[in-house]
Amino acid sequence: MISESSLEKLKILAGAAKYDVSCASSGTKRSNVAGGIGNSAAWGICHSFTEDGRCISLMKIMLSNYCIYDCAYCINRKSNDIPRTSFTPDEVANLTIEFYRRNYIEGLFLSSGVLRSPDHTMEQLIGVAKKLRTEHRYFGYIHLKTIPGASPQLIAEAGRWADRLSVNIEIPSENNLKLLAPDKDFRSVLEPMKIISTGILEAKEERKHHRNAPSFSPAGQSTQLIIGATNDTDQTILKLSSALYLRRDLKRVYYSGYIPVNSYDSRLPALSAPPLRREHRLYQADWLLRFYGFRSDEIVNAENPNLDLELDPKVSWALRNPHLFPVDINKADPLMLLRVPGMGTHSVQLILMARQHNRLNSSHLKKMGVVMKRARYFITCNELRSQNIQDLKPEIVRQLLLEKKPVGNDGAVQLKLFHAVMPALKQ
Amino acid sequence: MNIFSFDNTFEGLLTLVFESYRLKLFPDEILSGEGSQNVLFGSSITIGTNDQKAERVWNGIIAHSSEVNAHRIYRTFLSGQTDTPLLLVKFIRLIIDSNRNQETNFSEPVVVEVNKLHQKVCKEAHRVQMFVRFQKTIEDSYYASFAPMYDVLPLCIPHFKDRFADQLWIIYDLKRNYGFLYDLKNVTRVVFDELKVNPQNGQLHSSLLADDEKLFQQLWKQYYKSICILERKNPKVHRQLLPQRFWKYLPEKGVL
Repeated sequence: MISESSLEKLKILAGAAKYDVSCASSGTKRSNVAGGIGNSAAWGICHSFTEDGRCISLMKIMLSNYCIYDCAYCINRKSNDIPRTSFTPDEVANLTIEFYRRNYIEGLFLSSGVLRSPDHTMEQLIGVAKKLRTEHRYFGYIHLKTIPGASPQLIAEAGRWADRLSVNIEIPSENNLKLLAPDKDFRSVLEPMKIISTGILEAKEERKHHRNAPSFSPAGQSTQLIIGATNDTDQTILKLSSALYLRRDLKRVYYSGYIPVNSYDSRLPALSAPPLRREHRLYQADWLLRFYGFRSDEIVNAENPNLDLELDPKVSWALRNPHLFPVDINKADPLMLLRVPGMGTHSVQLILMARQHNRLNSSHLKKMGVVMKRARYFITCNELRSQNIQDLKPEIVRQLLLEKKPVGNDGAVQLKLFHAVMPALKQ
Repeated sequence: MNIFSFDNTFEGLLTLVFESYRLKLFPDEILSGEGSQNVLFGSSITIGTNDQKAERVWNGIIAHSSEVNAHRIYRTFLSGQTDTPLLLVKFIRLIIDSNRNQETNFSEPVVVEVNKLHQKVCKEAHRVQMFVRFQKTIEDSYYASFAPMYDVLPLCIPHFKDRFADQLWIIYDLKRNYGFLYDLKNVTRVVFDELKVNPQNGQLHSSLLADDEKLFQQLWKQYYKSICILERKNPKVHRQLLPQRFWKYLPEKGVL
């Protein structure tokens, strides 16, 4: 079944799947059932890390890299002359089980190019998940990609077998999506998302009444946005993410710095390197949305449509709002503590617990893991006050923070030295 | 200076705490292991492990803090660093001598220290779950070698037992020379005198491997290579996330 010939297929189909950045295996806790194999750990487990610094948790693979669509940003578009191949459902299922038994992976992340029609492709993907769950009695993690345009019945079926479903939006605004991916529109992407989120809510409600009611995509849904392939601002991107988190209850939005895979296509910008720093800043902003109680219009707005590449979004926000600082560590509201630069959710938890015992000073904070070189300008604690943002003014604090952390060599920044990045699309 | 010595078991440490309260004498230094170190000046107090005394201290810790905290102390003990016993005795004293639960008082350096070390131990245990790699043997069982920094294998066993419930497996700690064997029902502690394992990469002797084992290792290596985006190469982050000390046991990083 699996033989030497699978090596070549694996090379092509893993290579074809690598641009999808989602890797999470968290969100479901499921124990093994007698005689079966596998479980899911709620916190997720990474099993290896590639040389580009991304984790390998799931075996991320395409069932096939044949595709009838011609999306400009995709390596697998039909007009590309690349080696094409397909796995059979049995091959994928066996490979998953064999890798899983050796503790190489946490589960399967299956995607595919669009074969014949979205529905046909979706059926193939569901087939693999069903095979794993029923024939192999596999209880590990399965993440299925939902093909844009697949019918609601098939999405409902996919949710029964998979732990997570995802539909990739890829391009953050509708007109750009239509330009780059003529076969897709926002409706074909957002409609399945709506079906999935309704399914998840219904199943959750059902399980409150019947413990054994079937679950539906219990680890939620996620999506991916490509960064830097279009002229969309960070404001557009974060507004979309924020709406998805609030209204569609997404678990994650992934941001993928555009890698020029089809450099011949003049609709796409010529980048010398993927915009990694911008991607990093977007992830930081995403964390602020999900764990720090920020709204997207606090992070980026009409005056500042793009994130500052040199400073993290929380510092930028704090510098724009000096009137809220300094914050008294020993008294401040937990939500305000979370907004202090240099403090994360963990250190805030420690502070909240510790301040019930003692008044805290800066050496305590340092031991608890607060990054004092950033936090010092924004706090007061149980000691003589040092110079803070009120004494120094935001511009000077900005300079001080920048001096400590010089901007490293980054392709995205370097590019500006030679020529301005020409947006590929006119708004 | 009060020097105590004990047998380097967790029960021994708890007995030590019991005895120091009884003698009203608290350690400035703790020697672990029997007769391994000579005391140059003065004499050391040797503690004989006593399960009843240990249990009283264990219950005392729970009464003065919480069960979670008692288990935290146990896991921290597994770090096996030379200064860990003394740190833990200080921590237990802080807990027992106070009327208010001190486990969350992060303004006390001892509490921060214990929590940091505890986190390191838990991280190492998590890394065992991440980086253990099984090899299929001719007997259809699965074998894995590992050498964690701390003695964390016992913490990981429930996870492996649940996950790989339908396969025979052995996980062996090459550094401490013991391991655990699962026989589809129970997990037992095992020690092998003669292990046919290459200590360089933890690989079993090829005569013991299943026919298709090399093929799957090759497939895994191919997958690992293909999934990397070369344009985004970042060796620094790579090393942070996947420290070099693990590489030799990972088929995808090692030379076969």
